[in-house]
Amino acid sequence: MTCWDTIQAYGLRSIGIGERLLPREGFDLCQQFTLIGSGLIWNVYFGVLALIIGFVLANVVAMAKASNSAWLRKPAEWFILLFRGSPLFIQFFLAYFLLLRVKQSTGGVIDLTAATQGALIVLFLNTAAYSAEIFYGAFRSVPKGEVEAADAYGMTGWIKFKRVVWPTMMRLAWPAYTNEAIFLFHATTLVFFSGFPTWRQQGDALYYAQYFADKTFNPFVPYPILAFYFIILTLIIIQIFGAVNRRLNRHVPTERRQKLRIRPQIIR
Amino acid sequence: MGLYWSFLTVFVLLAITAPTALLFGFGGATAARSTVAPLRWFGKTYIAVVRGVPDIAFFLFFVIALDQAFEWVRHQALCPDWPDAIRQGNDFVVCDAAKLPLSTAPQWIHEIYGFFVAVLTFAIVFGAFAANVLFGAMNAVPKAQMETAVAYGMTRRQSFWRVMVPQMWVYALPGLSNLWMVLIKATPLLFLLGIEDIVYWARELGGTKTAKFTSYPHGDWRLWYFLFLLVFYLCFTKVSEIVLERIMKRLTRGQATLGGAQ
Repeated sequence: MTCWDTIQAYGLRSIGIGERLLPREGFDLCQQFTLIGSGLIWNVYFGVLALIIGFVLANVVAMAKASNSAWLRKPAEWFILLFRGSPLFIQFFLAYFLLLRVKQSTGGVIDLTAATQGALIVLFLNTAAYSAEIFYGAFRSVPKGEVEAADAYGMTGWIKFKRVVWPTMMRLAWPAYTNEAIFLFHATTLVFFSGFPTWRQQGDALYYAQYFADKTFNPFVPYPILAFYFIILTLIIIQIFGAVNRRLNRHVPTERRQKLRIRPQIIR
Repeated sequence: MGLYWSFLTVFVLLAITAPTALLFGFGGATAARSTVAPLRWFGKTYIAVVRGVPDIAFFLFFVIALDQAFEWVRHQALCPDWPDAIRQGNDFVVCDAAKLPLSTAPQWIHEIYGFFVAVLTFAIVFGAFAANVLFGAMNAVPKAQMETAVAYGMTRRQSFWRVMVPQMWVYALPGLSNLWMVLIKATPLLFLLGIEDIVYWARELGGTKTAKFTSYPHGDWRLWYFLFLLVFYLCFTKVSEIVLERIMKRLTRGQATLGGAQ
């Protein structure tokens, strides 16, 4: 089997296209690179979707937390505490059994126990909570002068938020939000190690890396491959978010611009 | 009974790992700002690699890698005239005397050894994070202070230990307290390392073995066990937050910063 055959057989294995059985022997570098790379599709799927939907909810929650009304503020605070204060791993387990219970009680009508849906919901809520805290912090540090200038122009309510407050808030929050995005992608590797079952061995990159490590009893090949893929993924995220950051900061003098700095403290 | 022990396991792990990781971090940060180039490269690579890769991949990697590294070293030392290669295809074979723990050892040795490898793994991963925090904190100590130390005729070593190290903790504390929270939240990953921790017991006790011949008097209670774990962790992080806030207040007292002025 040449390497090209392997890529054809296993390149899309994680989404069910190609060879049904995982390789049983050989385990050459080509197989490992192909399968782990194919698993990366799921990491990107979870990361991108959770990030996009989570971004919207995060803005809503951040505004709710900044609101004067206790009816809005309290639920937002509890939501953030719940998802930031507990381990993501436990959240996955809890969500799985909760969704299992929902499935049983509705007789299988509402079935979200598959990893592709259930885990996505957890990741989405989780990143929304972490990002909401970032956005809330940025909201609090929007310069007073800008808001006063908007008032002086006669802007109120939605117009003022849309044109003045929100763009500045995004600009201030962006470096921290980039880190959040990176660690969300890292967190996607947890999905298949928590309660969610793997359907027909269609797992993510870490799932296949562990498969090879178990089969060959040699961790020194699959995990560095996984690390290689994730470092590339991280670099791509930094590129995309860096471009957005430049656009958000295009009116700011160059020397005052905020640089993107990667801080590792916020794994969960 | 195992369930209660598993809570103790989590606390013991935290109690051992936190200082060890801090030590690793201190070593890493000192290495990263060393004047000896290879040592500096080592420190910087250590920090960069660990933070670029998902931590869970490291947990899975180091457990096997450390185990094999120990056995390999013991194999070289104890059985120098072993004829076969260690890595035979997909097997990793060392002589019996080099097995860790020895196959004749009682069960508790095996458990302690597994726990020890887990602690070491946690310390290596979190050491890199701590190294990054401490590296930043060392740079945050005002330059003027270090220059004053040099002006007083202190050597590099003296100014490092007498001026920089005592002062860097205040700058490091926000990062370190963040790290402590992350460490608490990483403890359920112990389950992946094969330690019988609280996640393991929540799954075991809550679940029913088989649908027909169930030895448990209840249905699927795993939902409630995990809900309990969630609340447990929530309380734990909340309490830590309050305690760390107190420590921060104490440390910043008398400092010429916004926190100290209050």
